[in-house]
Amino acid sequence: MIQDWRDLVQVLVNGVMAGSVLMLPAIGFNCIFAVLRYPNFAVAGYATVGAFAGWIANVQWGLPAGLALVAAFLVAGAAGLLAEEAALKPLRPSGALTVAIASVALTILLENVVRFFFGNSLRGYDLPVLRDWRFDGIRVNPQQLSNTAYALAAAAALFALLAFTRLGRAMRAVADNPQLADIKGVDPDRIARVAVFIGAGLAGFGGMLIGLDTSIDPLTGFRVVLSVFAAAVVGGLGSIPGAALGAMVVGIGEEMASVVLEPAYRTVTAFLAILLVLTIRPEGLLGRRG
Amino acid sequence: MEAYLVAMLVFAGLYALMALGLNVIWGLAGMVNLGLVGFFGLGAYASALLTTKLLWPMPLGWAAGAAVAAAAGAVMAVIVARLRGDYLAIVTLGFAEVIRLVASNEIWLTNGTDGISGIPGPWRGAVTPQQFNLIFLGIVWAAVAVAFVALARVSHSPFGRVLRAVREDEDVAAVAGKPVLWFKVRAFCLGAAVVGFAGALYAHYNAYIAPEGFAPLLTIYIVLALTAGGVGAMRGAIVGALLVLLLLEGTRFLAAAIPGVTPVQKAALREGIIALSLILLLRFRPQGLIPERTRTRASP
Repeated sequence: MIQDWRDLVQVLVNGVMAGSVLMLPAIGFNCIFAVLRYPNFAVAGYATVGAFAGWIANVQWGLPAGLALVAAFLVAGAAGLLAEEAALKPLRPSGALTVAIASVALTILLENVVRFFFGNSLRGYDLPVLRDWRFDGIRVNPQQLSNTAYALAAAAALFALLAFTRLGRAMRAVADNPQLADIKGVDPDRIARVAVFIGAGLAGFGGMLIGLDTSIDPLTGFRVVLSVFAAAVVGGLGSIPGAALGAMVVGIGEEMASVVLEPAYRTVTAFLAILLVLTIRPEGLLGRRG
Repeated sequence: MEAYLVAMLVFAGLYALMALGLNVIWGLAGMVNLGLVGFFGLGAYASALLTTKLLWPMPLGWAAGAAVAAAAGAVMAVIVARLRGDYLAIVTLGFAEVIRLVASNEIWLTNGTDGISGIPGPWRGAVTPQQFNLIFLGIVWAAVAVAFVALARVSHSPFGRVLRAVREDEDVAAVAGKPVLWFKVRAFCLGAAVVGFAGALYAHYNAYIAPEGFAPLLTIYIVLALTAGGVGAMRGAIVGALLVLLLLEGTRFLAAAIPGVTPVQKAALREGIIALSLILLLRFRPQGLIPERTRTRASP
């Protein structure tokens, strides 16, 4: 329970660290939603694929965690692009909901591909065991802190891409108004492919961060999916800064709730956050109406 | 072998009931529900708890299972039905996970992951297990028949026509003076009730329920059944349920025939095949085997 200001700071610190791990899959989800206008539930599968790709790079090839994260990003991005082109893109004419349903099936398919090759057992990354740092009674786990740094670095890279490059401008243009962007000579197909690659890649990156924190199994992505959706909805569907902010809100909210509720109910808190936001402000904190 | 066939037909009936329920929500009203298994679980737990802990008679428990699922459906529909379908997809998917989490963690009530056992079944113990299976087969398929006739009538009633209008174009339905939200909430409620009833029947057939029995894969089975049979047509839901059962059991034999794979790999193969079939079906035959007959062919 919260007794003095240190406990409150501890909850906030834990919340920010938890939120930063959710941030990348949430940004990935909103990145795909912004351009393609459907909720891609396969981010759960991409997160799992990324976590296992990073595990191979880290444990079997002996790469350090930072490089393994790059592998997680690339493999999950490639898997996402492949799955999108082969399975989801042909369904787009049937409507957003058909694609959303197929993406649930896709997540189950990816999960079982991973299960087929790796089994159900828990796997850990090859990491040095570090003791918690203490600052005046506040505990900080160095591994979680470095995860937060990785997540912020990846998010910063994406923001730089969106803000300062031609490609980023084109992506924002398509997200804003696809017809207008098309008239202006932006190839929507190409932008969609880029958005899916980045979105799935970030989900994979985030999936590995989750694994660095705990351990991984074929359900790694699915277990956090509700928190990820909550972050995306709280921030505003389709808003990338919204996803970052939403992840922090959900992360801190879940930590605060776990002071009073059992830890297993973190995702229940996330679900309640979704319902609350949809009831009072459906467009989310930074989203647009419509 | 005969016991196996009967058990499979019972499950086919449960799937058919769920597919009928989904057909009201998705097929008629055009609302997505990716949390079917949550309503199924809610119905199962409600009836199991009421009959084992409060010793309610079974039919009352079943009715309560349907009512609880309907109430949950109503709450969700009221919150989400005025928003775009994307939100409903997210909320229903989340709902199913929440139900599973609560069932796993409220140990005082649900016994957690150990599950609830000793759920009574009609005349269980008084008759041989074979006879019990046959009795239950009759009950399940009688329920399917009743649901089929009732929902087919609903589908052709003015209520059903409004739902289809809402599905095709909400704004036109609203302009025609139909309270769209109210129709959507009622459709969601009705569908959830049928799914909850199926859950209650499942609990009493199985005599045992546990959270892992309510995994998201079950939702995929039912979506697959409805898509295979034909979204919108009530007959399609039943045909689809039988097809899904054939596919499920077919993959079981297929997986057993592959040498050199572990049981975990076999399970992964089966689940993967089910998921893949849904993706392929949505792509190559989205209208299903029995397309809905409407006078004006609706464009998706």
